[in-house]
Amino acid sequence: MRKIVLAGNPNVGKSVVFSQLTGSKVMISNYAGTTVEFSKGLLNTEKESFEVLDAPGTYSLEPTSKVEEVASNLVNQADIVINIVDATNLERNLFLTAELLERDVPLIVALNMIDEAGHKGVKIDVKKLEELLGVPVITTVAVSGEGLKELVDSLPGAVNRRKTVLNISDRWAYVGDLVGKVQQVVHRHHSWLETLQDASISPATGLPIAAAVLFLAFQLVIGLGEFLHELLDDYVFEGFYETLLLNFSELLGGSGFLHDILIGKLVDGKIDFEESLGVLTTGVFVEIGVVLPFLAVFYLMLGFLEDSGYLPRLAVMVDRSMHRLGLHGYSIIPMVLGFGCNVPAALAARNLESRRERFIACTLMSVAIPCMAQLALIVGLVGRHGFEYLAVVFAALFFIWVVLGLIIDRFMPGYTPSMVIEIPPYRIPSFKAQIKKLGMRIRGFLVHATPYILGGILVVNILYVLGIINYLGVIFAPVVQGLLGLPGDAVSTLLIGFLRKDVAVAMLIPLDLTARQLVIGAVVLAAYFPCAATFTVLVKELGIVDMAKSAFIMIVTAFSAGFILNLFLDTIIPAAYLAAALIALSIILPLLLGSTSDRRELSDLDEMA
Amino acid sequence: MEVTLVEMKAGQTGVISKILGGENLNVKLNQLGLREGKKIKKINSVFHRGPVTVNVDNYQLAVGYGKAVRIMVEVDEVEENSSGR
Repeated sequence: MRKIVLAGNPNVGKSVVFSQLTGSKVMISNYAGTTVEFSKGLLNTEKESFEVLDAPGTYSLEPTSKVEEVASNLVNQADIVINIVDATNLERNLFLTAELLERDVPLIVALNMIDEAGHKGVKIDVKKLEELLGVPVITTVAVSGEGLKELVDSLPGAVNRRKTVLNISDRWAYVGDLVGKVQQVVHRHHSWLETLQDASISPATGLPIAAAVLFLAFQLVIGLGEFLHELLDDYVFEGFYETLLLNFSELLGGSGFLHDILIGKLVDGKIDFEESLGVLTTGVFVEIGVVLPFLAVFYLMLGFLEDSGYLPRLAVMVDRSMHRLGLHGYSIIPMVLGFGCNVPAALAARNLESRRERFIACTLMSVAIPCMAQLALIVGLVGRHGFEYLAVVFAALFFIWVVLGLIIDRFMPGYTPSMVIEIPPYRIPSFKAQIKKLGMRIRGFLVHATPYILGGILVVNILYVLGIINYLGVIFAPVVQGLLGLPGDAVSTLLIGFLRKDVAVAMLIPLDLTARQLVIGAVVLAAYFPCAATFTVLVKELGIVDMAKSAFIMIVTAFSAGFILNLFLDTIIPAAYLAAALIALSIILPLLLGSTSDRRELSDLDEMA
Repeated sequence: MEVTLVEMKAGQTGVISKILGGENLNVKLNQLGLREGKKIKKINSVFHRGPVTVNVDNYQLAVGYGKAVRIMVEVDEVEENSSGR
């Protein structure tokens, strides 16, 4: 089967074309670097079936990052390359086209977003471009499917130009000449989206906008998530599902091994979804009743942020602050994604250029960003003791994120180069695309999380039945009790946390902890180690040696944080004051210390010049 | 007048005259459309040592401070109009 590779600059719509051609579902957003690995799909035409490969975006076939390397390698395996070109940025996009023309591979150019180019006053003489390039040029609007049939029909006409290889400056000259001949730009007035665009990157308006967006997002997820959770709890779990399970419990005879595993312990002859600890009771309740509603709201909001094009603007606004943590603004994207699930966040860190940045970003993300599944449980569990306790959890994690960043930046050799990123235009997210994306993510959660959540509950039951938890509880009592002030049995949550964090937090419920113990438990569980799925990805991304260093940092950080909280929270400082103090410190410390990375970058550049 | 991208004022236009720094920095900036002879317009910057946003052709780029100080721009003589702010 012949291979078609879709190649093009970042954020030109390769994944949209891919999903239109193959019917496969892939993640699509409005910022550079959504696709970090390639996806495969099938395209069936009347005559032939093709394998279609969606490459990550690249500006050049001479790669400067890991992600671009993937794209460059894919092109080498292609039988046909479809070069997706953003019609609004002809010059920059055609540089890659020029490189592709020099390769020994048949080429077609898809001139995408031709509608948006029209709105921006960019006129392109397509006939002439086709003539000058010597390969077919098809105009497309991939999101609406326009021109895709023509694209498929033109596949047999792909041309292998095998042009002489130029050096970089000659290639730019060739492109400049080309653009001069085929493109005319008419000045247009600002649309309201463009006015908003300017407002969100100018500091006076941009910072308040960033603060408002983050605050609203937070409120929405917590508020609407909680509302949906209670709705599900009241109408599905407390009524219908409970009755169903009670009947099933009777059927099983109300006790015995199988009953213990599936239903768990009955509390006063009734099912307690939080404490029964059966696979079908607590397991299903945690996954569907608690995590799912919060996750759905979060992903809906994330989808909107991604597709509108806001995230790169947020990156610009936070760039200054992130430099102090040894990162730059674009690493806010893995952090935001991490709140959904740490796995895609670790993958997104690939877009960062240096090994140093990837190490810092991955470490900070897995230590201080709890995924939504875990957060849902934390909000439910800690929140019922009052908002101030919830605030301490968030403040402590924020504090850890900042202080750890400051420390690693200071002591890790090298520096993090400053960013240069493209800021895509704002686009109004399409409702259909949003629903599709949400559906994909929720399906992903159900498929990937179910075995871990239900398996986690199963493992807990088995460990209890075999007495292993009690045994470990005694052994680890000095650490868990002495250091963290938690009962010895809490070691079970740390054990399960290796597998799945939401289940681990849920396991705190039967321990009957006080508010301060819950806070300590939640913070330590969030920070001490990534869950199995994240760990696997991190090992792949960082390599085993860096992952070991990272893990060491995580464990030390988590237990020190737990110990400090155990010392101060409620014993010396009340929760509300502690939360406020931690947030204040997190803001003041970086201002006092400045950025080591910055100083190193500037002196390094001075030496070069 | 030749100034760095950082020193350029919001709303000013100019032509990139030189990129100071190594080969890698040049290649990276070139790929994104920032190279010698290119006409750009500065949109704004995030105060002290924040990234600088510029318009190149039809799109916007944000350039971090460390890179922006290395980009020299020959600013257009014409009095800037403030509509770009």
